[in-house]
Amino acid sequence: MNGKVLEIRGLCVDYGIGADAVRAVRDVDLTLHRGEVLGLAGESGSGKSTLAYGLTRLLPPPGVVSGGQVIYHPAEGPPVDVLTLSPARLREFRWAETSIVFQGAMNSLNPVHKVSTQLLDVIRAHEPTSTAASRLARAKDLLRLVGIAADRLDSYPHQLSGGMRQRVMIAMALALEPQLVIMDEPTTALDVVMQRQILGQLAELRERLGFAVLFITHDLSLLVEFSDRIAIMYGGRIVEEAPAARLYAEPLHPYTEGLLHSFPALRGPRRELTGIPGSPPDLRAMPAGCVFHPRCPKAFEPCDERVPVLGPPGVDDPTRAVACWLHPAVAPLPR
Amino acid sequence: MRFLLQRVAFYLFTAWAAITLNFFIPRIVPGDPVQSLISRNQGRISADAIASLRVLFGLDSDRNLWEQYVAYWGQLLHGDLGLSFTFFPAPVSEVIGSSLPWTVGLVGVTTIVSFLLGTALGVGAGWRRGSWIDGLLPATTFLSSIPYFWLGLVAIALFAGPGSFFPSSGGYEPGLVPAFDAYFIPSALQHSILPAATILVSSMSGWILSMRNMMVTVSSEDYITVAHAKGLSERRVALSYAARNALLPNVSGFALSLGFIVGGTLLVEIVFSYPGLGFQLFQAVGSKDYPLMQGIFLIITISVLVANLLADVAYLLLDPRTRKS
Repeated sequence: MNGKVLEIRGLCVDYGIGADAVRAVRDVDLTLHRGEVLGLAGESGSGKSTLAYGLTRLLPPPGVVSGGQVIYHPAEGPPVDVLTLSPARLREFRWAETSIVFQGAMNSLNPVHKVSTQLLDVIRAHEPTSTAASRLARAKDLLRLVGIAADRLDSYPHQLSGGMRQRVMIAMALALEPQLVIMDEPTTALDVVMQRQILGQLAELRERLGFAVLFITHDLSLLVEFSDRIAIMYGGRIVEEAPAARLYAEPLHPYTEGLLHSFPALRGPRRELTGIPGSPPDLRAMPAGCVFHPRCPKAFEPCDERVPVLGPPGVDDPTRAVACWLHPAVAPLPR
Repeated sequence: MRFLLQRVAFYLFTAWAAITLNFFIPRIVPGDPVQSLISRNQGRISADAIASLRVLFGLDSDRNLWEQYVAYWGQLLHGDLGLSFTFFPAPVSEVIGSSLPWTVGLVGVTTIVSFLLGTALGVGAGWRRGSWIDGLLPATTFLSSIPYFWLGLVAIALFAGPGSFFPSSGGYEPGLVPAFDAYFIPSALQHSILPAATILVSSMSGWILSMRNMMVTVSSEDYITVAHAKGLSERRVALSYAARNALLPNVSGFALSLGFIVGGTLLVEIVFSYPGLGFQLFQAVGSKDYPLMQGIFLIITISVLVANLLADVAYLLLDPRTRKS
């Protein structure tokens, strides 16, 4: 169960080229282990989706990956840098190793093709030697896996409800048994009941199939419940990373604290909801020093001058990392 | 199925309305063929001759409009469109029958070719946005805004003339007898090149532009990103995902343009004196030939309606969202 499946090293993503370029993701280091759920949270515009698109090379223009490495460790064989794969190798890598469930459940399916066509074409593209009958059997199994009757294969996307469509997308994401499933706000467009059902199902499937999940959302309360580790993004950087329970119990970065105080807890002592004053930074005019300092209630002398490095806050605490002058890193995060 | 029946009923009603209008409009227009015959002969026609001409053309005034209307429907249902005034005593159906193949051959083939070519180019231009094909777009915009007939005049001025390979008018060499033989077919083809090229150049640009723009719009849809993420081949993403969706508006446009094959290129046929239906209509209007005008309008109306029905059917087939269960 342990061992790395994906290592992101110093990833930078720009929108635009040259002097007008805006850096949406800055020097992001992130490691995913086999079978774990890593939550990635942050406000809108913090760069979390851009990070996901960047590491899969799906960035729409004018997005460009301007630096860094994305090392993928296949189940067998040597690790590869996704960013340098040839187009043909990239196509093989996609979906078979890393699949994605996108935010727009409503629009992720091609409206003019049946569900079966869209499930089968991806299997055929990656396993050209498989027989039509075996592909169909697999498609039926996949739908059953997410709790949809197999006869729905003949439906068109518009004949399915939003929840069913997203389940179909999850089934599709699992079609080739990838090592890693990236979920970009997979339940944002759904109502809370459906959200819970789908996430419950997902947790169960992960238990059974053992894939790792990179779960991107702005809803930190979801992550606290469903993920093993959580990384918090702000202004294109990871500002804090910790096991979910510890992050919830004792957040170190003031931004994390602010996020945690933006939703009510169902159990435990009562606490006041505060939220975070101000608004996310303008990517074209990033503040110097710590990007969060203009909104930070605890900002002090070094914050507006020097950028804090992401690293463990104490020698005895290697499982978490934070980028804040309140908890200066004892050593930069080992790469 | 119910949807289709509703559409058919709607089109039948439209056809009735169009045929009724078709009957009344020429009769509202001032003047009649006898009058134009009189003026053609500068009034040197005896009163007896005028009276017999009136009877001959069925213009004897004792029948009121309603009786004429009923009689018109009766004839129509028997396929009898009356006798042409200008080609007297040829029946209108015969006159139309002789010019219809020319129009369908010339305009029909060019419409289909221009749709297929234009759509294919549009798919390419939209998919590889920013490639050299995009450089052609201003030229196509320019060409699509030029009227057919003007382009036809330019083509005649540039390419036709004494000693040129391209004849400037007619559908075939004068003196040949229309037949499927080794003399007539090449001559007909040779005569069709210039008008066909004219129509092709100006109509294809529209298809390229609309297809390209739809491709660009569709390319930013989520399902295209998903298709890329699925690792499908570029070809499959471009054709089965992007082009298949981008095609929808173009297909209905194409079905509608099929309806205008019959009457839509009147000016091209006039410019090239091409023996098609448009040219015939032009002549009929000039000589107040009611039966011929009505006949041609009827054909145009019916073909537009049939094309609309085709567009509906095509949409039903191509877009599952329009099929209501």
